[in-house]
Amino acid sequence: MVTGNGHRLNGEPPSRLSLAAWLYMAVVVAGTVIVLVQALGSDAETDSAGTKSGITLVVLALLFLVCDSTPTTLTSRQSAWSPSSSATLAAVVLLGPLGAMAVGAASLLSVRRGAGFVQRVFSASVYGLSGYCAGRAYLALGGSVGLPRHAAFPAIIVPFAVAAVVHVFLNHGLLLGMLMLDPPVAAGQPGRAAGRHIPLLFFSDLGYATLGLLIAALWGGGPGAFTAILVLVPLFVARWAMGQFAAQERAYAATMAALCQAVETKDLYTRGHSERVARGSAMIAQEVGMRGSRVEAIRYAGMLHDVGKLGVPTTVLRKNGPLTEEEFAAIQLHPMRGIEIVREIGFLDEALAGIMHHHERIDGLGYPMGLAGDEIPEFARVIAVADAFDAMTSNRSYRGARSIEDAVADLRRWSGTQFDPVLVEAFVAALSRAGWYQPEAGAPQPADSVPAADHDDPTAPLQVIEGR
Amino acid sequence: MTEPRSAGESLRHAMDSGEVLLVAAAGMLVVAAVAQTAAVGVVQLRTALAFGGLIAFGEVLRLSLPGGREVAPIASAGAFAYAVIVKVGMVPATQPALQVVAVAAVGMVLGAMPHLAAGRPAGLTGIASRLVAVAVVAAAFRPLSRSITITAPEDWWVALAAMAGLLVVGWLVECLIGALISANALRARFGVALWDEMRVQLPLGVAVTATAILIAFAADMMGLAALGLFIAPLLITQLAFRRYAGIRATYLQTVRALARVTEVGGYVEDGHARRVGQLAVAVGRDLGMNEPELLELEYAALMHDIGQLSLRDPIPGGATVLASRDDQQRIAELGANVIGETGVLPRVAELVRCQHRPWRGPNGGPPVGSRIIRAANAFDDLVGSSAEPSRSTAALERLRLDTATEYDPLVVEALARVAGRRQVPAGRLPAC
Repeated sequence: MVTGNGHRLNGEPPSRLSLAAWLYMAVVVAGTVIVLVQALGSDAETDSAGTKSGITLVVLALLFLVCDSTPTTLTSRQSAWSPSSSATLAAVVLLGPLGAMAVGAASLLSVRRGAGFVQRVFSASVYGLSGYCAGRAYLALGGSVGLPRHAAFPAIIVPFAVAAVVHVFLNHGLLLGMLMLDPPVAAGQPGRAAGRHIPLLFFSDLGYATLGLLIAALWGGGPGAFTAILVLVPLFVARWAMGQFAAQERAYAATMAALCQAVETKDLYTRGHSERVARGSAMIAQEVGMRGSRVEAIRYAGMLHDVGKLGVPTTVLRKNGPLTEEEFAAIQLHPMRGIEIVREIGFLDEALAGIMHHHERIDGLGYPMGLAGDEIPEFARVIAVADAFDAMTSNRSYRGARSIEDAVADLRRWSGTQFDPVLVEAFVAALSRAGWYQPEAGAPQPADSVPAADHDDPTAPLQVIEGR
Repeated sequence: MTEPRSAGESLRHAMDSGEVLLVAAAGMLVVAAVAQTAAVGVVQLRTALAFGGLIAFGEVLRLSLPGGREVAPIASAGAFAYAVIVKVGMVPATQPALQVVAVAAVGMVLGAMPHLAAGRPAGLTGIASRLVAVAVVAAAFRPLSRSITITAPEDWWVALAAMAGLLVVGWLVECLIGALISANALRARFGVALWDEMRVQLPLGVAVTATAILIAFAADMMGLAALGLFIAPLLITQLAFRRYAGIRATYLQTVRALARVTEVGGYVEDGHARRVGQLAVAVGRDLGMNEPELLELEYAALMHDIGQLSLRDPIPGGATVLASRDDQQRIAELGANVIGETGVLPRVAELVRCQHRPWRGPNGGPPVGSRIIRAANAFDDLVGSSAEPSRSTAALERLRLDTATEYDPLVVEALARVAGRRQVPAGRLPAC
């Protein structure tokens, strides 16, 4: 279950919420209260006053709280995951809609760091509402409330499955609405990380919702409420694995970034270049609607695109004045050298083509192969735009950093000859929304090595001495 | 069985003697079980088919855990549940132990077929060890099952304890087999191998055990529907593990690949980083390091020269063994800083930072990992990709001369053992 907490971590004061987000929360909470009042009026038949169901309610609510209080944070702490939906779904069967609502509302008492009162009320409403609706769906399809009898299987599975789907959809839908109205800004990548994990969260939730039926079924049989503890075991193992995965993924990203930075130390001017190209490429990829995994791949391709520069002698990279043909050939080779290094990284398939061809031009005058137009892999066309843009907006020894407006104008000027016009416009659109971190003016460069050109910078192309 | 087809090309590596022994033993067990079951007829066919199908499905979905361990949690859970099930829909389950083994074997072999068809290894070793574990549990539990009831409140504790105890034994059997095989194949110490095996297998083992017990209890109430219901949650657990294993593999692949930047940049000889990595891991294993330590050692060994990137000009020939003490220290410091930047590999950074220090230094000297990297690096600088035994001998001789201060004698001796074992040199020729 995606916890509301994940969307607003760090205990940010609620006053920072936009008006729309406030209204949204108010509507959800009010809706829950209305449903509750109506249900209390009409659902007299599902009166659960007996001590037996009282104990059931308490145990399920505790189960819910244990799950909900220790969510596993996924990448960049934007969304957290906990298997608490199984408790709510068990309540759907054992206690009916109202009981499910009560178990979900236990979220109010959840022990989470940094969750404010408003936050708690909102997530309690979301869980309560989705629990209630799941319970209604279960009843509507002929499910019966109470300890499931022997004869109830397997007929109970259909209403239960529908209830699980309703619950997961409502829960994610309501929280997603909040996420859209109030995107987390802290991580610098609005909603990206959270969005990428939504399918996984969705399916894992559905999986754990099915455990709710198991809890319900075993409740009456042999081990009784003890099964609740037994059911927790696989849940926590899965959570552990998800946590390990997320930690490894963060470590991986950090290692990749650090290694790329190490590569950059060879060229003082390109500090942070690969990170910015990675970011720019991902912005374009998202803008043109690539799916999550491709955006991830292009981010890494952008980060690694200049790794091959290591194969170019420092003297050539930092040369002041025109290059000889041999030297230019050495520079033209750097995408190939890059491939040589990253070829063995399995997941990079499409990214490899992006790295190899990021200096091709739409008019066919680029290198290393002189591909033109659509022959150039899409990844390479994306990286080319981000790469040139960052080169233009960074400091160079031969000129200061150019303004973003100038750089955009230049991108447009070369759109169609050097760059893919569609991608240039996509980048401009993404820029106007998300902005750009322009690198600060760097430290003064050592005077002995001031190249007057940069292989990435279309405004100052490399000068080559023709023929010899 | 599938052995004849797979023995040639589909197996990743030739089976070593331990694996052959295991597969042969499991094969005989299966032949006996299938023959016996065929002779007396299958008891409760529907249940057998349902469990067999679940096991085959789980085998199709097997995954690799870190360290190249193939596991099939759903198949294991299904087979264990079939071994300890007492009642299905209130009807006592009467399958004998040999039928459990036969059903599990048929399911697993059927589940291995798609892997073979896709050109992947059949995974006979994994199947065999899973089967042996299931056979142990079934042999112990099936005779008991008549006298166990799970409906009366005072009885199910006994049933639960018996199931849990036996499943833990089954899990231990599997770990033991895995440890024996890896101790034999990788020359790891058995105690360390067993500990590694148990550490890696624990989380999934717990999930599998709990699931098997839950299926056994739930089947009484729900009948065979319990099987279907349990697939989804365990699938999610498995999905999470698959992603975890995947990112671990990618991580290592990436570090291995990026360690080559020093080679492409002309700082060190081709293949140096990889050879030092392999050598260091082999030496570390010989010295009894466990897997988490070996992984850190491998990362550090792969990246030990990364600090050279910050040097203005490559050291001629790239061999740091010939560089001045000051240069070595600078490279180590710069490299450690790069790795420290990640914020997630503090111990790896420390290993790289200390790699230049003589082993008999102040404060107890550098960590063992750093000593290993230092010796492996020197060895590779002297031998390179050469396959000649004489060069290896000469290099070892030279390292031994320096054991008074520079190289840890224990490490050098382990290095000599590792180098001696490899008829093929320390690292095959580089790819390009």
